[in-house]
Amino acid sequence: MSGNKKRLTKKEKERRTFIRSVIMGAGVVGVSLLGVIPVIGRWVQRLRPPGALQEKEFLASCIKCGQCVQVCPVEAIKLAELDEGFGIGVPYVDARAQACDFSCDGLQCVLACPTGALTHDLNYPADTRMGFARLDNPSKCLAMQGKGFKGLARGADYKGLLRYDEVDRWNPILVAEYPYDLELCDLCVRQCPIEIRIAQCAAEEPVEGKVERVAQKQGNECPPKPAIAIEEVDGVMTPVIKEGCVGCGVCEMICPPEPPAIVIDSALELENRT
Amino acid sequence: MKNVLESLAVLLGRAPTRVAKEDRSDEVNALHAKKRNDKERIEAIRIELAHKAQANEPEKIRRKRWAVLLFVNLLFLVSYYLDIQMLEGALTASRFVGFHMADLNSALQVMLAFKHVVLNLVIGTVTVFILWWILGGRTFCSWVCPYHLVAEWAEMLHLKLVARGWASDHTFDRRSRTWLWLVFAILAIVTGYTVYETISPTGILSRALIYGPGVALIWVAILLLIEIFYSRRAWCRYACPIGLTYGVVGATSPFIVRYDLTKCFHEGECRKVCLVPHVLDTVLKGKAKAMDVDIGADCTRCGRCVDQCPTGALTFKFKGLGDLL
Repeated sequence: MSGNKKRLTKKEKERRTFIRSVIMGAGVVGVSLLGVIPVIGRWVQRLRPPGALQEKEFLASCIKCGQCVQVCPVEAIKLAELDEGFGIGVPYVDARAQACDFSCDGLQCVLACPTGALTHDLNYPADTRMGFARLDNPSKCLAMQGKGFKGLARGADYKGLLRYDEVDRWNPILVAEYPYDLELCDLCVRQCPIEIRIAQCAAEEPVEGKVERVAQKQGNECPPKPAIAIEEVDGVMTPVIKEGCVGCGVCEMICPPEPPAIVIDSALELENRT
Repeated sequence: MKNVLESLAVLLGRAPTRVAKEDRSDEVNALHAKKRNDKERIEAIRIELAHKAQANEPEKIRRKRWAVLLFVNLLFLVSYYLDIQMLEGALTASRFVGFHMADLNSALQVMLAFKHVVLNLVIGTVTVFILWWILGGRTFCSWVCPYHLVAEWAEMLHLKLVARGWASDHTFDRRSRTWLWLVFAILAIVTGYTVYETISPTGILSRALIYGPGVALIWVAILLLIEIFYSRRAWCRYACPIGLTYGVVGATSPFIVRYDLTKCFHEGECRKVCLVPHVLDTVLKGKAKAMDVDIGADCTRCGRCVDQCPTGALTFKFKGLGDLL
């Protein structure tokens, strides 16, 4: 058989190598360009870490190193997979699993980012705008049903962490280790990091000057606007999302019913809604 | 300067130029002629080589290199898990005890796509540029890149298959890498996305090691399968833009492999193991231009030729510092 096979001349060999190379190059570029599909199709509309630039710039500027992942004390940040195309290796927050509760105070992920994908223009949690909370399932809301809440917000197996100042100012603990007993469920307001900070600032006010500097040092300056409150709307106690909401996701994380009554819309989702 | 340009041209894919006999010094020509007749010495080397093949000695430098490669990559992992902040991040960008480091190709992709460079990235890029200029440029490939290691294992398999006739090596045009580098640079500028990062096996493997495996490893597996069954070391040889970026950085590096014509008996052991045999064109009979030749920019300083050479004609050199290894 092999005797019948003509030996290729040098020119023929070169031609084959050339064609092979063109196909290989086109293949490599082609595969890499498949990454545009999930991005253009908006398959994923992730909540991004604090300070993230607009989605397009964010994907361009992120160097996919995960330094933000490593510094987060509650491990809220995950890196995207290949199914997110050009967004591979880009950080996101899955609020229901673990929201950003700003327990690092100083926006560690922003400080860690080497490329400015998480912009250094913001200094305090209240400056961020990761997304916006929305009452997605009002029928599930315990407050709107006039119900209280007793027990573990997300069950005993839930792995999420939150900072409870009264337990440990510096180390977040398992939500599963912190039972509640509330006459009217107000977990979304009670655990909102912005609301907590506003309350702390209000309590600090009598001692002027010095304390304010301490608060600044902690990188957690007083938020200018409230984020969420339980208010009476048409005779029903309802969680109302305010202008100061930064979209950190703690309300979605702590909301006991499944699916949660309150969710966060990422910036992309907000864009789609309007 | 002429040597650097020649070395860059070969890096970009041109075939190495050969110097005509008349253009070489008499000393070199005399040596080329003399070696052709030194039958005794050639026989002695043959015997030595046969012994070596039987003894199956481990490649010393290769072992060291694998140890370094694993150490660097595991340092990322250990630093993260023990939270000791030694080496934070991944190979694309990191902080070594607080100092910014950025992979040159990843940084380039980000700069071209984002069109805005923050100071931290400048610091990281300059630091890494200087580091790899000193260390030899493509030294990054063979001593740090995790894909290089798995590709070496794939290569071992490939060579076994070839020896049994179950596979053969299909070569590509070396200029493909230069074109791919250009296409990915243009794509980053035009689309505004870091397109290459999507398929970079270096980034994928580094992140998989540190943050856990994912579906992106399928792409790496496909590349390895191609290398095992179809084309030896295809990605590193013909495609990877990272290799070209570091190659350019290393073109003027003081750390090189140096070839000594007087010691060489042209057994060709070095070219058999070399990832980039075109840089060893000079070791072919009658091809050396001078008594000592510095191996070109595409060389990854992996040291396998140094290990394999039966006559010690290839050695690591740190220009200005004399012998290093």
